[in-house]
Amino acid sequence: MGDILALDGNAAIAYGVMKSKVELIAAYPITPQTPVVENLSSLIDRGEFDCGYINVESEHSALSALIGASATGVRTFTASASHGLALMHEVTGVASGSRLPIVMGVVSRALPSPCSLWCDHSDIMSERDQGWIQLFAKNPQEALDFIMIAYTVSEDERVLTPTMVDIDGFYVSHLTEPVNVPTDEEAGKFIGKFEPNNLILDVNNPYAINNLSSPEIFTEYKYSQKLGMDAALEVIEERFEKFNEVFGRKYSLVESYNTEDAETVIVCLGSMSGTVLHTVNELRKLGKKVGLVRVVSFRPFPKKALAAALKGINNVAVIDRISAVGSMGPLYEEVLSCMHQTDEGKKNVFSFVAGLGGRDINEKTVKSVFEYVDNANETGEKPTDTIWIDLKKE
Amino acid sequence: MSEMNLVSKGMTTCAGCPMELIGRAAVEVLGKNTITMTPPSCAAIITGNGDETGWGIPSIQTVLMSLPAFASGVSEALRVRGIDDVTVMGFAGDGGTFDIGLQSLSGAIERGHKALFICYNNEAYMNTGNQRSSATSLGAFTKTTPTGKKESSKNIDFMLLHQDLAYQATASIGDIQDFKRKVKKAKEVDGPSFIHVHAPCPSGWYFPTGQTIKVGRLAIESGLWQLWEKENGKIKINRKKFDLEKVNEYLSLQGRYKNVTDEVIEEIKKEVMRKYEVLKKFEELDFI
Repeated sequence: MGDILALDGNAAIAYGVMKSKVELIAAYPITPQTPVVENLSSLIDRGEFDCGYINVESEHSALSALIGASATGVRTFTASASHGLALMHEVTGVASGSRLPIVMGVVSRALPSPCSLWCDHSDIMSERDQGWIQLFAKNPQEALDFIMIAYTVSEDERVLTPTMVDIDGFYVSHLTEPVNVPTDEEAGKFIGKFEPNNLILDVNNPYAINNLSSPEIFTEYKYSQKLGMDAALEVIEERFEKFNEVFGRKYSLVESYNTEDAETVIVCLGSMSGTVLHTVNELRKLGKKVGLVRVVSFRPFPKKALAAALKGINNVAVIDRISAVGSMGPLYEEVLSCMHQTDEGKKNVFSFVAGLGGRDINEKTVKSVFEYVDNANETGEKPTDTIWIDLKKE
Repeated sequence: MSEMNLVSKGMTTCAGCPMELIGRAAVEVLGKNTITMTPPSCAAIITGNGDETGWGIPSIQTVLMSLPAFASGVSEALRVRGIDDVTVMGFAGDGGTFDIGLQSLSGAIERGHKALFICYNNEAYMNTGNQRSSATSLGAFTKTTPTGKKESSKNIDFMLLHQDLAYQATASIGDIQDFKRKVKKAKEVDGPSFIHVHAPCPSGWYFPTGQTIKVGRLAIESGLWQLWEKENGKIKINRKKFDLEKVNEYLSLQGRYKNVTDEVIEEIKKEVMRKYEVLKKFEELDFI
């Protein structure tokens, strides 16, 4: 079963791309994503990976080139972070609106200002309404696996929607772990050669793509995109199941840990879930009824799966890794809207912000979240605003 | 039965539009094995609205900033698929070429993708209703240069001399045969090519719609628009005879120069001579 290699998250993404038989890459380096493009260039240069590579002059051009390429009928990949993803913003909507199954690795890093090299989710959250599927991987193995899964979801004719696979800058991108890299034969059982399921630029069958659209049809275009995104929920689950059959690694839209009898759970995304899991184990030893719910697919948001995961739990502490100044964190808002829609009764849902610009979310941070919830319940004083839990006191 | 027109008749471009004629002439030469792309611009009118398109060839509308990057992707994807008989044609105005699209163009040329970039230069942002671009000529009125532009236009052709274009040319709507000959050459080279076409715009330059070709010809005859090409590093000036006195006639035909002063006219003439002298020196070189 595959080869066990020591890979960091960036290299794992590169191997995931190679195993997905991508045909054309266009990318521009940016910290902390740079090793993705370096690894891919090396794999191609060494002749291990037969793939075209366009060394573009900006991230905006990277995604622009892929839109052209994907529309010409080849499987494509790019990766970016922070400033780079923000620069792509104009074209992320063109990719999804044109229903192109592009896959992008996002190595999350804070958006300025002030300038930061380190992790938070302000970059990918700024893309949440751009019509891309967004999967959050928590470690290098998931990064590799999710890339392969992403292609099979994005290219499905029911979906035809691009995917971002997110890893946390440095916490996952530069974390080296043993990663099971499938052999080509194994990979072939899960993902085949690319066959376009949508219109392409073909001189024998000419079409205009992405032209001006009047109010007469714009809404219907967007609605068809919504249907594709909605369908992705089911298709992701199908592919998770198939992936498990082939590789024996089981994934789900929402991952629950120790929730059965829990009174309080933390809901979060990405790498911080590892620390939360560890802290849950520690607190369980002390008899605390705590648990963890990790959202794997942020777009489409798995409302039903999350509602089921939170059933019967009184206290829900949501940790967002983005400042969301002016309102509340995006994950918190999703959880709240999900509670409302599924009529799960009155829960105490708390909004926390932590880990901005690379600040480590450690055991102490997680414990202070649980303590805050306990205190609020004891005193009966419920917060009306987001709690910046790791803000320095002095 | 005659072959189908690859650009539909009855486009909703303005009366007398040079862009439409340039697009038509280009596709006539390149034929049906062409994929084109336009930014949101006047050229997007051909790419169409809703379920209608004016192109009889496949097309994609890009964003204004990165048409050449889209072309890079299409060109490399064709290579991946083993398709070598299709021309990739970028079709953008001066805004998408000189200004917001310049970085992307420079990048695409440097990487050497096989694609033809045609710039129809109507010397302002015409699709948004005539605002200045860096291609707007000295002294010309636009809605953002109400007393006439104070700066000369960017000499993008000379800038691009220092990039590795497989073929480079200037052309004009005033000499369609010359333009078509140049498109044919560009089609045959293996690498990036650039053709910069002068496109007098009746709506933005304020001249009668029947005089597009005439204004284009006057620009050539007065020396204001110089026709030349560069192949294998060698520059060739296509037309050396011009009459500076015709500058006045060229300017007086157009409402955009209504308030131009004699001093500015003198400066415009000097500029013509300066450009021409430099071009002649370039032509003497074996390689540039």
